[in-house]
Amino acid sequence: MSATAKPCLEIRSLSAVLANGQRVLRSVSLAVQPGEVRALVGESGAGKTMIGKAVLGVLPKSVRIVEGEMIIEGEDLGRLDAKARRTLIGARTALIPQDPLTALNPSRRIGPQMTDRLVRILGWSGDRADSRIRQLLDEVQIRDPERVLKSYPHELSGGMRQRVLIAAAFAAEPRLIVADEPTTALDVTVQKQILRLIAELQRDHGTAILFVTHDLGVVAKISQKVSVLYAGKVVEEAATVDLFASPQHPYTRALMLATPRYTDPYASLKPVDETVLAGLAAEIAAADQAWRPSHG
Amino acid sequence: MDKARTSSRRTSPRLWLAGGWLLLALLAAILAPLVAPQDPLAQDLMLERLPPFWLDGAEPGYWLGTDSLGRDLLSRLIFGGRIAFIVAFAAAASACLIGSALGLIAGYFGGWADRIISRVVDIWLAFPPVLFAILLVAVLGTGLSSVIIAIAVIDWTRFCRVIRAEAMSQARMDYVESARIAGYGRMGIMLREVLPNVLPSVVALLSLEMGIAVIVEAILSFVNLSISTDDPTWGGMIAEGRLSIHQAWWVLVFPLTTLILTVLCFSQFGEGLKARFDPVLR
Repeated sequence: MSATAKPCLEIRSLSAVLANGQRVLRSVSLAVQPGEVRALVGESGAGKTMIGKAVLGVLPKSVRIVEGEMIIEGEDLGRLDAKARRTLIGARTALIPQDPLTALNPSRRIGPQMTDRLVRILGWSGDRADSRIRQLLDEVQIRDPERVLKSYPHELSGGMRQRVLIAAAFAAEPRLIVADEPTTALDVTVQKQILRLIAELQRDHGTAILFVTHDLGVVAKISQKVSVLYAGKVVEEAATVDLFASPQHPYTRALMLATPRYTDPYASLKPVDETVLAGLAAEIAAADQAWRPSHG
Repeated sequence: MDKARTSSRRTSPRLWLAGGWLLLALLAAILAPLVAPQDPLAQDLMLERLPPFWLDGAEPGYWLGTDSLGRDLLSRLIFGGRIAFIVAFAAAASACLIGSALGLIAGYFGGWADRIISRVVDIWLAFPPVLFAILLVAVLGTGLSSVIIAIAVIDWTRFCRVIRAEAMSQARMDYVESARIAGYGRMGIMLREVLPNVLPSVVALLSLEMGIAVIVEAILSFVNLSISTDDPTWGGMIAEGRLSIHQAWWVLVFPLTTLILTVLCFSQFGEGLKARFDPVLR
C-alpha cells in the first residue's frame, strides 16, 4: 500500500451505538484503495451492513455514530454539512442492494427510473442518459433492452432486476460502490452469473467496491482484501490470499470450518467453537473497557 | 404472468357494472332537467301516492309512482342525485386532499410530524362521527357548503390513517434508500417515489369515501340538517317515505335502493380501480 495513493474510502475508528447505549460498531477502521474490492465478512448481526449504511449516510434513526471519521476521496464526511454530504455521496458512491425485489420502485418503469437519477441529480441531458443506460444494460448482458426499459420491476425476474441494479449503480461512474450482499436473495445458479458480472464491470470501470457478504466463497472469488467482523469489531484484516492461506484469528479459522466445500460436500459443518466464542466475548469486553472511560 | 394479467383484465365485471351504474346516475343527475319526466317540485294532490308502473292504478309518465304530495318519485330521485354527486365529489376530494397529504407526511417523515398528526387523528376518532357532523352543520348553518365542509372535516382521518400506514411501509423499502443515496431530497422522494405507490390506495379510498359522503349527506337530510327542504334529496325522500310506509312502500323503497346501490357501486368501483392501477396487482 503506497503512502501517496489517496484511499477511495477511509474509515477511522468508527463507533456507533443504539438508542439504549449498546455498541453496534466498535472502533472500526478500514481503507479501500481506488479500484480495489474490499470484502466485509461476518455472520448476521456483525454490523457489516451497518458500516455500508454509515458510509452512504442512510443509517436507521435508532443508530448514532459517536466516534470516528469517514473519508471519501480525501473529503471528511463529518466536516461537511448535510447538503454537501448528500451531494458528495450521490456523486461518488452507489449501492448494489441486497434485495432486488424492493430496491426498484414498483410503480415506475425501469427506463425512467434509471435515467431519472442521471438527469435530475447529475444534470445530464436526456439523450446522454438514455444512451448511457443502454450501454450499461449491454454491459450487464441484457439482450432486449427495449423490453426491459419499458417493463415494470415485477415483470422481470430476480436476476434481471439485479442486473438492472448493477447497471444503475455503475451508470454514473461512481468511485466507490457498496455492494450489500448482492447475491444473497438470488438463486444459486444466478448468483454465479451476477458475481461474475460485478467482477467484470468492476475491472472495466476501475471502481472500488466495499463488498458486504457472509459467504467466504464469494470473498475468495471477488475481493483483494478482507475485513472479518464480529459484533461490530474488525477481528482480522488481511489480503484475501493471505487470509485463506493462513487465517490468524481463531474466529476466522472457525468461520472457514463452517463453510461447505465442493471437495467434500458430505463432511459435516462445524459450528463456531464455544471456546472461540468465549475468547471473542473476552476480547470485546476488553475493548469496551478500554473505550468507555474516555467517553463517559 | 402474462396470462394472469390478461385474465384479470378481462374478468373485472364489478368494475364495469359499478362504473356503469355510477355513469348512468351521474349522467341522469347532470342532465336532470332534460331527462326527468316531471317537475320534481310540482305537487298535485289528485295524483298522491300513485304506485309504480307495474301495479294497478299507475299513471303513465309517473314511472316510479308519486309521494304523498303527488310529486313524481323518479324525477325527485334524479334531481336528488345532483346533490348526492356534488356532495360526493366535493366532500370526498377535500377529505382526500387533507387526509392523504397529512398521512403521507406522517408516514414518510415519521418522528415529530407523525406523533403530532397521529395524536390529532386519535382525538378526532374519539368523536362519534354522525353526532360530530350534526354538531358541525348546526354550527355552520344548513346548506350545501356546510354539508361538504362537515364531511371533509370529519372524514379526512380515514385517508390519513390508511395513507400513513402505506407510506410507512413504502418508506422502509430499499428503493427509497437508494433514492436517498443518489442524492434526492426528502420532499422529492416523498412526492416522486412514495406517492405513486400509495396512489392506488388513495383512489380506492376516494371512491369509498364518495359513497360514505352520500350516506352522511342522506343522514343529514334525514334529520333535516342538509340543504333547504324544498330541494329533493335522497335522505329527505327517505325521511318522507318513512311516514307513509304502510300506505305506499315505494316512497321509501326507491330512494333507499338508489342510495344503497350507489354507495355499493362507489366502493366496488374503487376496489376495481385499485386492482387496475396497481402495477403489482395488475
